[in-house]
Amino acid sequence: MSARAPASDGAHSGSVHVEVTHDHHEAGHGSRKDYVTGFVLSVILTAIPFWLVMAEVFTDPRVTSFVIMAFAVVQIVVHMVYFLHMNARSEGGWTMMALIFTLVVVIIALSGSLWVMYHLNTNMMPMSPGDMRNMP
Amino acid sequence: MNSEPNPIDTYPHWWRLLFGRFTLESLPLHEPIVVVTFVAVAIGGLAVLGLITRYKLWGVLWRDWFTSVDHKKIGIMYMVLGLVMLLRGFADAVLMRSQQAIAHGGSDGFLPPHHYDQIFTAHGVIMIFFVAMPLVTGLMNYVVPLQIGARDVAFPFLNNFSFWMTTGGVVLTMMSLFIGEFAATGWLAYPPLSNIAYSPSVGVDYYIWALQIAGVGTTLSGVNLIATIVKMRAPGMSMMKMPVFAWTSLCTNVLIVASFPVLGAVLALLTLDRYVGTNFFTNDLGGNPMMYVNLIWIWGHPEVYILVLPAFGIFSEVTSTFSGKRLFGYASMVYATVVITILSYLVWLHHFFTMGSGASVNSFFGITTMIISIPTGAKIFNWLFTMYRGRIRFDLPMMWTVAFMLTFVIGGMTGVLLAVPPADFVLHNSLFLIAHFHNVIIGGVLFGLFAGIYYWWPKAFGFRLDPFWGKVSFWCWVVGFWVAFMPLYILGLMGVTRRMNAFPGTEYQPLFVIAAFGAALIACGIAAMIIQIAVSILRREQLADLTGDPWGGRTLEWATSSPPPAYNFAFTPMVHDGDAWWDMKNRGYKRPLEGYKSIHMPKNTGAGVIISAIATAFGIAMVWHVWWLAVISFVGVIAATIIHTFNYDRDYYIPADEVTRTEDERTRALARTTSPAVA
Repeated sequence: MSARAPASDGAHSGSVHVEVTHDHHEAGHGSRKDYVTGFVLSVILTAIPFWLVMAEVFTDPRVTSFVIMAFAVVQIVVHMVYFLHMNARSEGGWTMMALIFTLVVVIIALSGSLWVMYHLNTNMMPMSPGDMRNMP
Repeated sequence: MNSEPNPIDTYPHWWRLLFGRFTLESLPLHEPIVVVTFVAVAIGGLAVLGLITRYKLWGVLWRDWFTSVDHKKIGIMYMVLGLVMLLRGFADAVLMRSQQAIAHGGSDGFLPPHHYDQIFTAHGVIMIFFVAMPLVTGLMNYVVPLQIGARDVAFPFLNNFSFWMTTGGVVLTMMSLFIGEFAATGWLAYPPLSNIAYSPSVGVDYYIWALQIAGVGTTLSGVNLIATIVKMRAPGMSMMKMPVFAWTSLCTNVLIVASFPVLGAVLALLTLDRYVGTNFFTNDLGGNPMMYVNLIWIWGHPEVYILVLPAFGIFSEVTSTFSGKRLFGYASMVYATVVITILSYLVWLHHFFTMGSGASVNSFFGITTMIISIPTGAKIFNWLFTMYRGRIRFDLPMMWTVAFMLTFVIGGMTGVLLAVPPADFVLHNSLFLIAHFHNVIIGGVLFGLFAGIYYWWPKAFGFRLDPFWGKVSFWCWVVGFWVAFMPLYILGLMGVTRRMNAFPGTEYQPLFVIAAFGAALIACGIAAMIIQIAVSILRREQLADLTGDPWGGRTLEWATSSPPPAYNFAFTPMVHDGDAWWDMKNRGYKRPLEGYKSIHMPKNTGAGVIISAIATAFGIAMVWHVWWLAVISFVGVIAATIIHTFNYDRDYYIPADEVTRTEDERTRALARTTSPAVA
């Protein structure tokens, strides 16, 4: 342990904004062009679903809801890239790692819940003995 | 309760405007046990407050503790909170054990069903949320920054705020004992029972708001510790050179951040059901109570690992220190921890195999549950191989670790047994399950926390805990645990279900009496622990440790003095090896004696206490439907938070000569020690 210059003083106080704590601060703030692109894209991605519903483009409302959900996913990506400035390198890769972990957990929770609740619905709703014998 | 006329109807309009649905009948004056408890608590509380006033300690408490942003002091406050709540949770356990020992063959025991239901609910909630969580968070808070060579956590104010939010949850839960009542629904408050139709009183609302407020604190402290571990490790400490406890803490906090929002969301939906008449979890109008069960276990299962992973970290540190060896299979330990982190999200359905899913769903979750025992088993073998041919010293932390290994393996095996869906159909909701999870939570989490407390106590206070009373406590606890819970396994196999208030026959009574005797032994263990702490404080001169390294430690927290100075390390250590301090000692490390610089530190602030006090007032207002207070306190929380962001007076420098003074004192202390405990 040698006497180190306070470069490692990052160890002290997060509520005080000391620049040395941000060694890997590559996820800088976006340019005006980024923000404008992001804004325009998200407006478009919001306007289209509205139009789909209000003009009743698809006859089957289920198709509409799936298309809207697809737009929502794209919207999320746009926000992450243009507003949160996320990419594979930001914060030394930790942002990407956190994103992947979040996706894994969210996908497990959502798909698992759908699977479980679908099963419960099929099994627990009133049924005839014949149906009972052919359960998934 | 439904059939009785609501006493609030007899109160005037202004009363309802002012106090919501609070009435004088809400005070449980008809329950003699509660009244006696209240009198005892009031006298005890007044005595403590009186002593604090008499010795003029309020200023010290406020300045040095309540408003402190020092991770060490916050860690100690978490530990005190957890240990105090352990007494409350254990009192509930004693009530349940004695009730079930008495109420056989026509006897009703001394607890009426409605009171008994509240007791087992409060026991579960308190033990998980307000004992295990604060103790785990407290140890992580105290130890992690020291282990990674940092001066504090990443967000010191947030840390203080998190602690006080947890305390806010505690305040609500404790209040429910004397004002109104607590939930009588079981510790997870399943609907439809917890819905407004079946639980119209304040109990479930206390439960909801206590957990919501404490949950904010837990989530934020998770964010804080992740940032600390990821960003603030000493130079040279790559991820794979981190102490195992830091690794398990990282994984635990990742689990906290990913799962506590689920708890918050599901409780929010239940809140909407209860307050504004939505139908998320009702039986009709499209509601589905099973969705609640599904969602709450998506939080609930990771919660189990949130508690046990740090305990695994503690055992790793203790085993390697007291065997005088590097931890066997460090990399496999880390991978096992990460695998458990991910797998813990894939097993939640095993808590409701019997709810009606088909065979494919049940087999999937049964198999994932069995798979999770593999990394856990790998850890057990790693500890055994660390001990193998080690020079083992059986100090208290090591004794708890060995007791853990023997106890936890049994709990783990009954867990794998319960993971087999057909077996679970027989054992679900039986006392076998109760025995199983107490076996892993007491044998795993609590023994780990005790090992950690004994291990790091000298670091926190500069003296060891008295070994004699520690051994008395150890044997009472371990034997008491086995005597208290083995009968429950047998009773569970005989078909006794959980949460029973009385039994018509007498055939179960002998085993319940044995279990109650076990609880009495555990009570002796807790008493011995309190005596131990008192004796150790009185004998602190004899038990003092001046070296800062009483056990022959291997990780960085032992490199600094005991207790560490506010700034932890005068110079940030350079790390070259996994066991950083062991490596420094072997390379003949000399403490630098001059060249100290002034140190940049965060300043104490009362904002955490104030904001969480207002948040607690909001919780109370929501529980009792005091809408004017709810509005004011809700606005107050937001306003106080915004005002706090304008406080720019947040940091100060410890001047270089003060650092020099502190470090010179340490130099003199080190010179007084003849030889370190282990060369």
